[in-house]
Amino acid sequence: MLEIRGLRASVQGTEILHGVDLTIRAGEVHAIMGPNGSGKSTLAQVLAGHPAYTVTGGTVTYEGKDLLGLAPEERAREGVFLAFQYPVEIKGITNAYFLRSALNAIRKHRGLEELDPIDFIGVLEEKAKAVELGDEMMNRPVNDGFSGGEKKRNEILQMAVLEPRLAILDETDSGLDIDALKTVANAVNRLRRPDNATLIVTHYQRLLNYITPDFVHVLADGRIVKSGGKELAHELEARGYDWLRPEAAAV
Amino acid sequence: MTSIESQVLQPYKYGFVTDIDSDTVPPGLNEDVIRLISAKKGEPAFLLEWRLKAYRHWLTMKEPRWANVTYVGIDYQAIRYYSSPKQQKKWDSLDQVDPKLLETFEKLGIPLGEQKRLTGVAVDAVFDSVSVGTTFKETLAKEGIIFCSFSDAVREHPDLIEKYLGTVVPSSDNFFAALNAAVFSDGSFAYIPKGVRCPMELSTYFRINASSTGQFERTLIVAEEGSYVSYLEGCSAPMRDENQLHAAVVELVALDHAEIKYSTVQNWYPGDAEGKGGIYNFVTKRGICAGRASKISWTQVETGSAITWKYPGCILQGDDSIGEFYSVAVTAGRQQADTGTKMIHIGKNTKSTIVSKGISAGRGQNTYRGQVKILKGATGARNYSQCDSMLIGDQCGAHTFPYIDVRNSTATMEHEASTSKIGEDQIFYCKQRGLSAEDAVSMIVNGFCKEVFRELPMEFAVEAQNLLGISLEGSVG
Repeated sequence: MLEIRGLRASVQGTEILHGVDLTIRAGEVHAIMGPNGSGKSTLAQVLAGHPAYTVTGGTVTYEGKDLLGLAPEERAREGVFLAFQYPVEIKGITNAYFLRSALNAIRKHRGLEELDPIDFIGVLEEKAKAVELGDEMMNRPVNDGFSGGEKKRNEILQMAVLEPRLAILDETDSGLDIDALKTVANAVNRLRRPDNATLIVTHYQRLLNYITPDFVHVLADGRIVKSGGKELAHELEARGYDWLRPEAAAV
Repeated sequence: MTSIESQVLQPYKYGFVTDIDSDTVPPGLNEDVIRLISAKKGEPAFLLEWRLKAYRHWLTMKEPRWANVTYVGIDYQAIRYYSSPKQQKKWDSLDQVDPKLLETFEKLGIPLGEQKRLTGVAVDAVFDSVSVGTTFKETLAKEGIIFCSFSDAVREHPDLIEKYLGTVVPSSDNFFAALNAAVFSDGSFAYIPKGVRCPMELSTYFRINASSTGQFERTLIVAEEGSYVSYLEGCSAPMRDENQLHAAVVELVALDHAEIKYSTVQNWYPGDAEGKGGIYNFVTKRGICAGRASKISWTQVETGSAITWKYPGCILQGDDSIGEFYSVAVTAGRQQADTGTKMIHIGKNTKSTIVSKGISAGRGQNTYRGQVKILKGATGARNYSQCDSMLIGDQCGAHTFPYIDVRNSTATMEHEASTSKIGEDQIFYCKQRGLSAEDAVSMIVNGFCKEVFRELPMEFAVEAQNLLGISLEGSVG
């Protein structure tokens, strides 16, 4: 579904990604771990199309299409979803209105009929129930005055409603306590399907206790230096990242 | 340039000029010009005297420059004070009006012809200084409602004009009001008799066309005891390199238990991207809640003009009277606005509500100036004020100057203010959810303005939202 080859990207003139290679197939859950400054969030943002980052080399093919050639909103309509690390606030618009507008933009792209507010509430309730997240946040302005946990839950609820093909979770676990973590992980697990895929960017192994990845990759100094199964996460937890450094230098 | 500012400016849609023969007075202002205007309109002696008195007073006044706006001075002798489209005779029916005029208004979305006129809305169409026609006059007359051009009112109801003209905004009030009193051309007049609820929206559409003219309209609305009227004013002007002055005066009088709702959707030509040309919109609007439990609400959506300078206000004289002001003012490109309201509490248990939303984009400068004055005898007065500013991009400005003068200790005042910015991050968040940048901005701005749009008559809320979208199109990408 997603094929990244030799991806290089920089921000404000500094190159952060020095040639990333990664393949993700439908039905898979991949985790990307790595030390601070390795470029994990950069990778997530570049895949979503954040304007602050410039791609300086490499290709990204998504479902046979050139992802880098699509505008951010086009990528979203094609089914790419980014759960932000720091979801932004938008006052004056309720979550319900925002999410319905987003869903309708995506539905329109897929040739489906747009939903009116009443039909939307039905869909929302159904999805919220399926992932066991409450929908009490829906009438509040988007992320306005939300706690860290509420913002992350809101991201996942949006994900449930928009039904992406490729979901990228950017440090969704940061700032969450154990209970919030379990709730979010439970929701993500319930959204797994054979035809979608998830890329989890995380700093700590903890989240991976609750969401079992198929593949774990380590991103260090702008490149993927090691890949493995879920055991790799435990090894990193025990040994840290330094033991990979000589291997990184060799790559 | 950030992605927010990088889109190409959308041209002002109403910038066309109508090619029509006009009867225009040469530029310059003196007593002869005033006598000429009065004669052309066939006015009674009292009105000519009123004009001359105002003109003589104006000569002693100095043009005020305290507003937070910058503009090149106005040469009052270079302005033509009268221009009207040449019509062969006074038309009995709108369908006999010069087709070019009808076409103009149709292009502006204000069809006057029998088949297509807006149902449920009576329209008085004013082209340059002259009222071209008024729809539904007879239907309204059956209820005893008078709705006609100001000039017609002077001829047909001089007693009403003489009784109320200048009682809310006297000629001496300010420089531009004095000028208006001397040279006012036309405008609308509405009179609602006791206990009558006006069955349709009344509306005037002002169109400036001739060059080098100033437009000085005068509108007067009187609502007798227990009556109700909702009135809407719309406007536009052609694109020209010169600045044109629009110095109007609006007076509203509400007697016991009467209510006047006055809405404005202003879209005068705002000038080009360099700030050249555009209308100077310097108007004085005031309503007096003369009667007990009377109510006046001003709702305005100001998106055009190079410079907007106005403070629609209410004098809350009657006990239990209510004054309201809801405003959305947009300054984009190089527009400037210094606008707000004045609420003067005189009677007992009076209440005023102010909700002002300023949106600045491009290099726009938006100033809110509000005065709430509670006089000594105004026991139990209440005021709620909310001023919110939104900045789009980083070259614009928003300023707030609230003046609060309370002389009665039983008054309750609440004031809230906020400033927000539409940032790249918010736009990206929306895009990542599948929304285009235009939809994102439109959604955020409409959410910001919804408290004000809610107050507009239904027919015009949609127009206002569209206008807002069009005004901001050049500033966000």
